[in-house]
Amino acid sequence: MSHSFDEISQQLKRRHRKSARLKWVSMGALGLAGLFLLLFFADMLNKGLPAFQQAYVNTEINYTEEAASDARQAIADDLVPIVSRTEIRSIPLQMRNNEDLLGTSEQRWLLANGEVDQYLKGNRNSLSEEERAAVDARVEAGQVELAFNSTFFTEGDSKTSESAGILAAVVGTIMTMIVTLAISFPIGVMTAVYLEEFAPDNRFTQAIEININNLAAIPSILFGLLGLAIFINFFGVPRSSPLAGGMTLALMTLPVIIISTRAALRSVPDSIRHAAFGVGCSRWQVVRDHVLPLAMPGIMTGSIIGLAQAMGETAPLIIVGMVAFIPDVGASFTEAATVMPAQIFTWAGEPEAAFVEKTAGGILVLLAVLISLNAFAVLLRKKFERRW
Amino acid sequence: MNSQAPVMTEQETPSVGQPYTRNEQACHDLSIRVRDLNLWYSKNQALKNLSIDLFQKNVTALIGPSGCGKSTFLRCLNRMNDLIPSVRTEGLVEMDGLDINAQKMDEIALRRRVGMVFQKPNPFPKSIFENIAYAPRMHDMVSRKVDQDELVERALRDAGLWNEVKDKLQEPGTSLSGGQQQRLCIARAIAVQPDVILMDEPTSALDPISTATIEDLMDKLKEQFTIVTVTHNMQQAARVADYTAFFHLGEIIEYNDTKVMFSTPAKKKTEDYISGRYG
Repeated sequence: MSHSFDEISQQLKRRHRKSARLKWVSMGALGLAGLFLLLFFADMLNKGLPAFQQAYVNTEINYTEEAASDARQAIADDLVPIVSRTEIRSIPLQMRNNEDLLGTSEQRWLLANGEVDQYLKGNRNSLSEEERAAVDARVEAGQVELAFNSTFFTEGDSKTSESAGILAAVVGTIMTMIVTLAISFPIGVMTAVYLEEFAPDNRFTQAIEININNLAAIPSILFGLLGLAIFINFFGVPRSSPLAGGMTLALMTLPVIIISTRAALRSVPDSIRHAAFGVGCSRWQVVRDHVLPLAMPGIMTGSIIGLAQAMGETAPLIIVGMVAFIPDVGASFTEAATVMPAQIFTWAGEPEAAFVEKTAGGILVLLAVLISLNAFAVLLRKKFERRW
Repeated sequence: MNSQAPVMTEQETPSVGQPYTRNEQACHDLSIRVRDLNLWYSKNQALKNLSIDLFQKNVTALIGPSGCGKSTFLRCLNRMNDLIPSVRTEGLVEMDGLDINAQKMDEIALRRRVGMVFQKPNPFPKSIFENIAYAPRMHDMVSRKVDQDELVERALRDAGLWNEVKDKLQEPGTSLSGGQQQRLCIARAIAVQPDVILMDEPTSALDPISTATIEDLMDKLKEQFTIVTVTHNMQQAARVADYTAFFHLGEIIEYNDTKVMFSTPAKKKTEDYISGRYG
C-alpha cells in the first residue's frame, strides 16, 4: 500500500515539531551557559577593574631632622590621615639610604590611604564626614586623584590595601609552574610513550592504565596531603616553597599529561610506524624520529592545559603552606612564596572593601594569564599541525 | 642455482607443501627459502604449512582471494608480523642459510636487507629529500653530505622519480600525487640497498597510469633486487611476475612460472580463480 505525499507529510509534521523543540531546548541551554559566563565576566570586570586604579596624593615631603625619627613630621599634618601609612613609614628608611636627602624637600605623588581610595571610587569606607569633606576639597584642588595603579603590578602582598600588589604571587606562580613542568612533562611524556609504544598489553599495564585514569579524578587536596607527607615531612623540602608546591602540582598534572600524550600518540597513523619499521628503525627510533614529532602539538596542548589547571589550583597548596602572607617577591625555589590563586584566597578573607576590589583584580590577572596560556596552546596546535 | 633446492621439471605437477623450482634453464639463485611455515592470529591459523623458494632478481607475485594469507605471508619475510602481539609463527624462513626467525637474528638487520613498500603510499611527513636520506643516515651508510646527496639522487633516479622532483627536494613528500608518493616509497626502500623488496599491493590505491608506471619500474628494478609482490590484479601478475604463487585459505595451491600458470594451470582451483570464477 503506497502513501501520498500528503499523508506522509502529515506524519512528518510531528517529527519535525519534535526536532524543532529539541533544537530550541539545546539552544536555550547554550544561551543560559553563555548568559552566566557573561554575568560572571561583567561582575568580575565591574569589581576588578577599579583595582587597577589608585588614589594618589600630591604631597610635599620635607626631609628634616625630625622626620628621620618621626616620619609624620615630614608631611603636612592634615595630609597624615590621607596618605598611606606605608608611604609615611618608608620616609626615614629613604633618608637612611640616601643621606643627601637631609634638609631638602620635594613634591611627590604618594599613595593615598585605602579608605580615601575607596571613598573616591564610591565604595564602602570608614571616613568621617569631616575627612570626606577634606578629601573632596583636595580633589577640587587637584591634589588628590585617581591614576593607574602601578603598585598592584610591582609589589608583593601588604597589610595595607593600597600598597598590596600581585607581583609576588605572579613570580611565585611562574616558579611553581617551572618546577611543575620540569617534573611532570618529561615523566608524563615518557610514561605515555612507554605505555603506548613499548609496553605489552597485559594485566599489569591495564592496571596501570586504570590507575592513571583514576588519578586524574582524585580530589586535588589529597595531592596536597601527599605532598606534605612525602615531600615536606619525609624528604625535608622547605615548606611553602615553590619547590614543594611545584612538586605537589606535578603529581596532579601528571595524569593529565599522560592521558593527553597517549591520545596524541594514538592519533599518529600506524602507516607511519610501519614505514619507519620497514626501513629498519628500532622501536626507539620510530618513536623519536617519527611518532613524537607528529604527536608533539597534541602533547603540548595537553601539557599546557594541564599546567593551566595546576595554575588555578589552591587546595593542595593550602596543605603545603603556600597560602600565607608573603610580602616579598621570591628569589629562589626554596624560599617561601605564594601563587596567584592563593593570593586571591588570602585577599578574599580580608574584611576591608579595598581588598574585595583587589580580590577581583587578582582574579582578572589570573584569568588573563589562563586565557593567554590557552590561546598559546591553540596557536601551537595550529602552527605544528601537519598533514599526513 | 642452490643445490639444496629440489628441482622440478615441467611435467611434474606442483603439489601443496612442496618446494618448487622451475626447469633448469630458467632456474635462478635462491633468495628466500620457506619450509613448513605456519602462522596463527591468536587461535586462527592464517598460514598452513607453506613451503616456497623465492628467486633472486625475479618478480614473484602472490595472488589469491581476500583473506587468503598472501599479505600475512609477505610480512613474514621481514618479520613485520612481530609488531602484532597475537601472532605466532612456526617453521623455517631462510635467507643466506640463516633462519630469519632465529633468536640471534636482529629484525633491524633483516629489514635492512628486506625492504617493504606498503599498500597505501606512506611517505614520512618530511621533505622528499629527508624521506630518502633518513634511513641510510640512520644505518650509517653515508658519512659525508655529498655521499648523501648522491645516494638520494641515485635512489630517486632508480625509482624513476628524479626528473619530477629534482627541483623540489625540500617540499614535503606528502605534497606529491599518489603515484609519485608510491614511487617515493619505493625510492626510500631501495635507498638502503636491500636484497629483497616486498610490495604489498603497491598499486591498489593508484590510478591506471600510475599503476603502469610502477609496473614498468618493477620490471626495471628486478635487475637489481628480488621483488615479491602481492596483488589482487591477475593481469598485473601476468604482466610483471616471473613466478606466481596462488594462495587459497592460507595454503599455496600452486606456484609456477607465471606464463605456465596462466596458460595451463595445474590445479582446478587455480584455473577457477584466474578465469575469474571466484575471488
